[in-house]
Amino acid sequence: MAIFLTKDSKVIVQGMTGATGMKHTKLMLADGTNVVGGVNPRKAGTQVDFDGTEVPVFGSVKEAMEKTGADVSVIFVPEKFTKDAVVEAIDAEIPLAVVITEGIAVHDSASFWAYAGKKGNKTRIIGPNCPGIITPGQSNVGIIPGDITKPGRIGLVSKSGTLTYQMMYELRDIGFSTAVGIGGDPVIGTTHIDALAAFQADPDTDLIVMIGEIGGDAEERAADYIKANVTKPVVGYVAGFTAPEGKTMGHAGAIVSGSSGTAQAKKEALEAAGVKVGKTPSETARLARAALAG
Amino acid sequence: MEKGRTRVDLFEYQARDLFAKHGVPVLAGEVIDTPEAAREVTERLGGKAVVKAQVKVGGRGKAGGVKLASDADDAVEKAGQILGMDIKGHTVHKVMLAQTADIKEEYYVSFLLDRTNRTFLAMASVEGGVEIEVVAEQNPDALAKIPVDANEGCTPEKAAEIVAAAKFPAEIADQVAETLQKLWTVFIKEDALLVEVNPLVKTGDGKIIALDGKVSLDENAAFRQPEHEALEDKAAANPLEAAAKAKNLNYVKLDGQVGIIGNGAGLVMSTLDVVAYAGEKHGNVKPANFLDIGGGASAEVMANGLEIILGDPDVKSVFVNVFGGITACDEVANGIVQALELLKSKGEDVTKPLVVRLDGNNAELGRKILSDANHPLVQRVDTMDGAADKAAELAAAK
Repeated sequence: MAIFLTKDSKVIVQGMTGATGMKHTKLMLADGTNVVGGVNPRKAGTQVDFDGTEVPVFGSVKEAMEKTGADVSVIFVPEKFTKDAVVEAIDAEIPLAVVITEGIAVHDSASFWAYAGKKGNKTRIIGPNCPGIITPGQSNVGIIPGDITKPGRIGLVSKSGTLTYQMMYELRDIGFSTAVGIGGDPVIGTTHIDALAAFQADPDTDLIVMIGEIGGDAEERAADYIKANVTKPVVGYVAGFTAPEGKTMGHAGAIVSGSSGTAQAKKEALEAAGVKVGKTPSETARLARAALAG
Repeated sequence: MEKGRTRVDLFEYQARDLFAKHGVPVLAGEVIDTPEAAREVTERLGGKAVVKAQVKVGGRGKAGGVKLASDADDAVEKAGQILGMDIKGHTVHKVMLAQTADIKEEYYVSFLLDRTNRTFLAMASVEGGVEIEVVAEQNPDALAKIPVDANEGCTPEKAAEIVAAAKFPAEIADQVAETLQKLWTVFIKEDALLVEVNPLVKTGDGKIIALDGKVSLDENAAFRQPEHEALEDKAAANPLEAAAKAKNLNYVKLDGQVGIIGNGAGLVMSTLDVVAYAGEKHGNVKPANFLDIGGGASAEVMANGLEIILGDPDVKSVFVNVFGGITACDEVANGIVQALELLKSKGEDVTKPLVVRLDGNNAELGRKILSDANHPLVQRVDTMDGAADKAAELAAAK
């Protein structure tokens, strides 16, 4: 099962022919992802060779879907063009669009999010500014290293890329059903709550690890959701206890403004919902092991 | 791709300029940085002026940062009083002289990102002139909040909806609606994260004017906003932060003793926390900075990062915390070794101890490279918690 992404997923790459797109398409293929095409109107009709695998380039997402049956698009186009790329994916009604590009203007992400809503949210958007999603042993879409861990029964949802890797590494012997990096931008598509709901419904997931960071109130709302809807054990981690107010910590969304968005408030909200929250990534991993042991 | 770009908060005079540029009604005003310059400006403004401290912090009025000047001499004196003043830790380097206004009513309007609902939001209240947070808390019904679709924008209908929701008086409804649409233009055209007018005033002759404003711009939009770079207050930035920015490093100065370098914003934030916890056992040392060198972590980037951190006199030890994802740890280890050589060849006297934790992709190879290099200042600790503890201990021992 897993969530959002399985071995049957057929993946196209918007921006495949750029340097980043080329590098990661190669890695995704090496990890067994079924990459069925790239999109670049200027190179439509050509093929790109990745170590012996020929991947066709199409003129549009729509064309790529019609010719290959693709149901996932991963977006590597530069930030100036990302909004148009996402809008194209929404117009084509592809079921899943994973937006890796970082540094997107908030007006652009707010615009494509509003557009997605107007079009009936037929496309699940993950990101922007995220590492992507991996269902180990089945498919890997984005830039998450494929060799950290193996298939298993932990579901992971995280705002941060490197903390996703760190947590997968800490729990690599147990393995993961799916790990999804949702990104730390102020406006993102898929939220902690969306992933929690999917993991709760996924028969292959026994435990959920949720990683948050300062800024916004997504963790607090996720805590409310967990309290009301999630019966599987959830272990949490929040980064940014030492972040000072008013200073952005790397991610555009990671900022404590006034009393809102602090790590302490998020931790307390999660604990009040019955989530065990680790002080460090290692302690969080220990809590996850203990929860799995029952 | 440039990373870590965030937001730029503007001074009032800069906000005023952007308002004027897009047709939001404002009073004439000019910014100066010497008292004597107030004379000529005051005369240009008609012989009287309001002298307003330009600081990016609220409550300047109460702190004495806004004064009325009755003539040009008085303006010079008042400007002299305010320039150099300390307002909540912010030194006043500039004052704005503005035309005086006959204020009858004070209102509030703003557009901002509603992160929770992933939409833009208009806020409006007829109870302006005070901190809007206070209104929101004490009299929430007096603050209208209306979502604005990012693609449809503040249409005449939307503006009328906001005006009605906030219960603006009928005689000024059209003027306020028009001002809202102009303010929306500022919000969209300037890629703002916040445009706020407080107070929006009604004058004795029934006119609506934006008397004071706040604007925050999105640095991620720099590619289509070339003029915004000039609005950044480079002088106010910490010198280490400015040096880091010039090298395209994502660095924030903090007030502790353990220098931090890591890859990935989340991991670095987490590293700060882990060091702070470890510091509780070691003389309460704290992280000295946030520095994310990103995924690549080449020797050059590592050297640039180390140079900034070693140049911070507060730093007593350095913790390099890298998780090899796509990047392999052997490359990172080579980067660290080369960075130290690079700094040495540049004549930098590196004396502060470095604790390095490498994990993930090719960690064993990377650790071996560090062990083989056997640099006297570099210690390898292979867990994040253990390395943080060692770095804190070394900082406390200095």
